[in-house]
Amino acid sequence: MTLFEYLHYIILPVLVISAVLILWRFIKGPSIADKIVALDLLITTGIGVIAVYSIIYDHSTLMDTALILALIAFLSTVALSYYLEKRKRK
Amino acid sequence: MIDIVIGILATFGALFVLFAAIGLVRMPDTYLRISVTTKAATLGVGLVLMSTMVYFSNADVTSQAFVIILFLFLTAPVSAHLIGRASYFIGVKLWDKSVMDELRGKYQKNTHILKSIVDDTPEDNVDHTKMEDK
Repeated sequence: MTLFEYLHYIILPVLVISAVLILWRFIKGPSIADKIVALDLLITTGIGVIAVYSIIYDHSTLMDTALILALIAFLSTVALSYYLEKRKRK
Repeated sequence: MIDIVIGILATFGALFVLFAAIGLVRMPDTYLRISVTTKAATLGVGLVLMSTMVYFSNADVTSQAFVIILFLFLTAPVSAHLIGRASYFIGVKLWDKSVMDELRGKYQKNTHILKSIVDDTPEDNVDHTKMEDK
């Protein structure tokens, strides 16, 4: 088993299974804070998937996308929690 | 030889991300889910990015992956604290088997200031036992 087969048939399915579990929490989440946490974790898992794809296809330029996704994950969490906190303020 | 190192790093990274996902599904309340997300998933993605560092092994990708890891490690605690604080203010309840709530009555509803003691303005304190279920 070469490294590429291993990454393709074992590592990527594990990451996809975790993404499906996180998506289940994102849909079900009892409060809106759970949904924000699940969204943050979903984007973080996406960074891992992009990193594995950049090894499989030998494209190092895909790492730029991972950097932008990390920025967007932090920014969206900060913005959503800011407005969530402000909504209740009188 | 270098393939084995990449495989081991990617395996541990994927396992930690999987543990974080299982924890997000299985944990009983929001605050425990935030705790799982912050630690396990950040470590897992960091390990996967380290495997790309080992695979490409040139200065471009190494510096880029290092920047991503540094950014994730810096921002994960900040965003976890922000979302935990916001969910405490909007009244997300702790798990009903939690032993104690150290923050009860110490956050102020209007000014959003954290006091170290419970003062004598009970209408302004954030108290989950007096809030309706969210």
